[in-house]
Amino acid sequence: MTALVTMNDVTKRFGGLQAVGHMTFSLNTGEILGLIGPNGAGKTTIFNLINGYYAPTGGTILFKGERIDGLKPHTICRLGLARTFQVVKPLARLTVLENVMVSAFSRTNRRDEAERTALETTAFTEMDAWRDVRAGSLPLGMRKRLEMARALATKPEVLLLDENFAGLNPTEVENTIEIVKKIHGSGVTILIIEHIMRVIMSISHRIICINYGEKIAEGTPREVADNQQVIDAYLGVA
Amino acid sequence: MSKKSLLPLLPAALVLLVPVATQSPYLLHMFILSLLWITLGQSWNLLGGYTGQISYGHAAFFGVGAYTTAIMVKSGQSPATAWWGLLLGGLAAAVVGALIGWICFRLRGSYFALSVLALSEVLRLVAVNFRQLTNGAEGILFIPAFTQKTYYYYIALALAAVNFGVIRWVMRSKPGYYFLAIREDQDCAESLGIDTTRYKLFSLLISSFFTGAAGAFYMNYMGFIDPGIVFSIPDISIMMILVTMLGGAATMWGPAVGAVIFILVSEIFRVWVGAGHLLFFGVLIVAIIIYFPSGIVGGLMNWRARRKRLSAAPAA
Repeated sequence: MTALVTMNDVTKRFGGLQAVGHMTFSLNTGEILGLIGPNGAGKTTIFNLINGYYAPTGGTILFKGERIDGLKPHTICRLGLARTFQVVKPLARLTVLENVMVSAFSRTNRRDEAERTALETTAFTEMDAWRDVRAGSLPLGMRKRLEMARALATKPEVLLLDENFAGLNPTEVENTIEIVKKIHGSGVTILIIEHIMRVIMSISHRIICINYGEKIAEGTPREVADNQQVIDAYLGVA
Repeated sequence: MSKKSLLPLLPAALVLLVPVATQSPYLLHMFILSLLWITLGQSWNLLGGYTGQISYGHAAFFGVGAYTTAIMVKSGQSPATAWWGLLLGGLAAAVVGALIGWICFRLRGSYFALSVLALSEVLRLVAVNFRQLTNGAEGILFIPAFTQKTYYYYIALALAAVNFGVIRWVMRSKPGYYFLAIREDQDCAESLGIDTTRYKLFSLLISSFFTGAAGAFYMNYMGFIDPGIVFSIPDISIMMILVTMLGGAATMWGPAVGAVIFILVSEIFRVWVGAGHLLFFGVLIVAIIIYFPSGIVGGLMNWRARRKRLSAAPAA
């Protein structure tokens, strides 16, 4: 197993607040790695660091052996690292297809090719029926789905999924699990933040649990679920 | 060719034949001003309407274009040569646009809007005070190359047509999609692989080029400019916004509709009412924002889309 993304002793401070401290872990080629932790633990900050939205205060981030910390998000996206946003960001006045075309343009300059990629991607993520709907009038479930479709259309090697299951009904959760598995099956390595335990336990190969910006446990889903520190962090110490 | 594909050629033919139908200098003057404002509105529309980067100071580019031509003539070129000023004026304006964009587009939100506003005022003061170059507040006067308005009509038409064609082509290709994405959500655009600084700059370059070329045309046509005319915030910068908003921002035909109405109303005020057109446009813009936020063309498009949805609803 080779490390595709590596965080080396990464720290991020906002003024006096340390959001992420001395974070070290690797995302290996071909795996689904789950990232869990209580609200405010620093999960999304880690995504923002990998994605280039923030530059780390200390430490290095590698993608395929090359440093990517300090690069801009658009450069990192072109290198093959795509993300979704927990607070969805639809391009509201564009249709679903146009939204996905925008991201498909990261791999081509031609409109017809971008459109073809967008048609394929919307089909792959089972959004065909919504193609001509303005993204701003989509229901929440489809907005979350659009986040995935858009990230996917940039043809990433690594996909960062930030709570794509939150707020979905049980049927939508099942569908989304299938789609995530399909994406993984097509050869994409996935780092996923999720609160729904049933989801994260069933699809992750490995899980990392963080609290107050620091890693408190790492291992198989079973190991992490049985870890006393993880239980304390989630349920509080009696 | 089917009948339908020939249909769009009809208005094009009509527009081409205007100077054949009328030789009235007054009417042609109205048409020429309308075409000039179609170009100005559309240029603002690309940056403000499609890319979402609001500029309160496009007079900066208009003035730089106009002064480029004026200074060419003042330094000894013949007014006929000054037609190259259309291109040069556009390029000079684009250089100014590149500078201000390069500085301001790293930042977001209102920085750009305010910086361009300041820029146009700074340039106006430079034009007033740098007398050796600009002849100061007295302005620059020369006898235009043509006495026939027909020539100006066709040049203004060509400028408006090229501007329209370029912007339409851009909006249907990759940069156009990127402009829209930047307008809708800049963080999201970045994460989808868009170099937002670069594409905002690209939009500004096209916009400032055509605004500058329109300024150069204005100089060639009117034969006189002074700093207060071409760097005017209410008469140029704000009117470019008004023309776009009135017709419909982020629509291809909105600025054209807005420009024609603007010229008509201005003329009505000039001839029958005298002063007060600025006050009227002020009230008009408030009314548009409240009752017609998408402008005339945008409002019609929304209305048609709604009707289509309603008629499709029972089948769903």
